[in-house]
Amino acid sequence: MKLFRGPSGGPEAEAPPPAQKLTRRSSGLGELARLWEGDEPLCVLDLGSTSATNIRFFTGLGHKIYSEDLLVASTDPSLVTKDEEGNAILDSRQFLADNLVYPAAHFDAVLCWNLPDYLDESLVRPVMGRFWSVLKPGGVLLAFFHTKDAGPDSPCYRFHIVGKDTLEMQRIVLKREARRGPTGAVHTAIADGFRLQRVFNNRHIETLFRDFASIKFFLARDNVREVLVVR
Amino acid sequence: MSAPLSGDLAQIGKSVVIKGELSGSEDLYVDGVVEGSIALKNNSLTVGPNGQVKASVDAKGIVVQGKLEGNVLASERVELRKSAVVTGDITTQRIAIEEGAYLKGKVDIQGRAEKAAGK
Repeated sequence: MKLFRGPSGGPEAEAPPPAQKLTRRSSGLGELARLWEGDEPLCVLDLGSTSATNIRFFTGLGHKIYSEDLLVASTDPSLVTKDEEGNAILDSRQFLADNLVYPAAHFDAVLCWNLPDYLDESLVRPVMGRFWSVLKPGGVLLAFFHTKDAGPDSPCYRFHIVGKDTLEMQRIVLKREARRGPTGAVHTAIADGFRLQRVFNNRHIETLFRDFASIKFFLARDNVREVLVVR
Repeated sequence: MSAPLSGDLAQIGKSVVIKGELSGSEDLYVDGVVEGSIALKNNSLTVGPNGQVKASVDAKGIVVQGKLEGNVLASERVELRKSAVVTGDITTQRIAIEEGAYLKGKVDIQGRAEKAAGK
């Protein structure tokens, strides 16, 4: 299911917009706060851009935090391969050999943020499968999904936990570069940043997490659904 | 960015490649390639912007501006500057991470009491 492909911006080079920071209330995070505030030390996996704020937040509460930026990892050029029909895809086996390499049932919580919406199509299902195996039974995953009202240029954010149910969202800035190709056509390359790859509806999200024990949706006002999934 | 100048600072320049065990009792600035292990129990390690360290590191303080692959144990402080790319687990008392730094690994903050108890 691909709704968006390729840059929609004009062919001219654009100056990157300034990195914006927005504060947002998160019901999913608020629900997870009960977990953080318990006495048991937890093992948490943060899959967003490396965030000193999140590291401080969890280590301050006595939990162990693992940080891994899967979106950046998915841009590794060595992952590009071809499927049986010759279409360029990413090698999911290689990706999972290099990333998300943890013992089974290792984490109490996985902070997935908006990863599924921005991750390459060929990696989405294998990565979700790996989440299931690295989560402990009863472990929780938090993910954000755009609603159908979101456009392909919906910005990708990094998320910093600044309160019990409050996130600071910092836009990951796109740097676009216009180049003239061998045929004379102008190509706009995205040198940095990520584009929304697709929009999942509720049924797609339920299918994505069908191996998990339960799923809970929180609707937000900013074209985002928050999803809490329990293994 | 040039290497800091100091009387008690050993420097490994960007054209130098070292493979093996590195240990010492003075601060170390690495802007070249080091593979193996680095032990500077009472001193600090700085990985410069051109530095590529593929080693387990045990030091008092560690500042990373370049690439570091391996587990890191710092008795006092770890600092990841914005150009840092670190793959490995970090155990330390304090950590500072600049925006833009990349970390793939675990962060374990150990307080003095915890460290003394050998946890």
